[in-house]
Amino acid sequence: MIRKVVIGLMVALLGVAFWTLTSGYVPDAELNRTAAYYAANAESEVGAPNIVTGIIVTWRGLDTLGEVTVLFLTSAIIALVLSQSKTPKGASGAGLLPSGELLVTGARMLAPLIALFGAYVIMNGHLTPGGGFQGGAILASGVLLSLLAEPSRRFGHTVIARIESFSGTFYVLVGLAGMAYAGGFLDNGILPLGRFGTMLSAGAIPLISILIGLKVGAEFSSILESLHETEDA
Amino acid sequence: MAQIALATGFVLILAGLYGALTNRDILRMIVAFTIADTGVNVVLVAVGYMPGRTAPILDAAVPVAVASQRIIDPVPQALVLTAIVIGLGITALMLAYAYRLFRLRHSLDISNFTELKW
Repeated sequence: MIRKVVIGLMVALLGVAFWTLTSGYVPDAELNRTAAYYAANAESEVGAPNIVTGIIVTWRGLDTLGEVTVLFLTSAIIALVLSQSKTPKGASGAGLLPSGELLVTGARMLAPLIALFGAYVIMNGHLTPGGGFQGGAILASGVLLSLLAEPSRRFGHTVIARIESFSGTFYVLVGLAGMAYAGGFLDNGILPLGRFGTMLSAGAIPLISILIGLKVGAEFSSILESLHETEDA
Repeated sequence: MAQIALATGFVLILAGLYGALTNRDILRMIVAFTIADTGVNVVLVAVGYMPGRTAPILDAAVPVAVASQRIIDPVPQALVLTAIVIGLGITALMLAYAYRLFRLRHSLDISNFTELKW
């Protein structure tokens, strides 16, 4: 009883604090200096119509590299935590009911389409809403669908690990190339900026998007697989 | 308008915190944390919103010359993109630990785990 009262009181106090924030909130009339700089220089410096992608991949590229590293750590820790309760090889998914023809056939039909859509979102990251992270998540959703449709199916851990390490290494190499041939770490000026608004433009942004997409897709897939291959699954 | 979005986000945060504190089941706590996480993202996006402006993508309707008068703040959107991905990683990590705890006690009730209780 006391617990409930204390919790209620805490949430209410926090609610009052949030209420003051909300009631006194006035939206900005104009962009702050950072955002105005990004808006004014998106075409000349980065060459990407989608300013959010320009920020994530180029201006704050180092943060994105850090974030990809956090994701890598997450998937490595999950694999470590769950490695003790892994099913022995061959016995996996043996006790499960078949998932039915509709689901299996539907998944087989949809998985290539999902992969294609993921590739589309990754490739158009600098032109339309999208990019490496979103496209990578879409790719991993295709993997999730096929895992759900065929529980006894196993994807090759080595393939996923190779894709992951290849894209991670290449991402850092592209960043270092920016230091050597352009303005700094992860500068997209190592490739020509091209014509504004076309698919092959914005320097190295499409390349970095592909690498991020592959890495995020591989990491999410390896997380899904680790969760899937536990003994009770 | 911006206040509605902001209030929605704050309500989601409060609901998530309340759920995480009152539920005894670990899976429900994870769901509650996810709701609070979504609330934080909604608040961040709402802070970047400006009335009467459009998405930060330059095209025929938003030429570069007038871009800073026509687009909303792109920085919170970039932050939220990051936060969503990290949130997914944290959820997966919590689920993995929940699974380990279940293997340990064959139960997901938090009152069965008393080692850190005081």
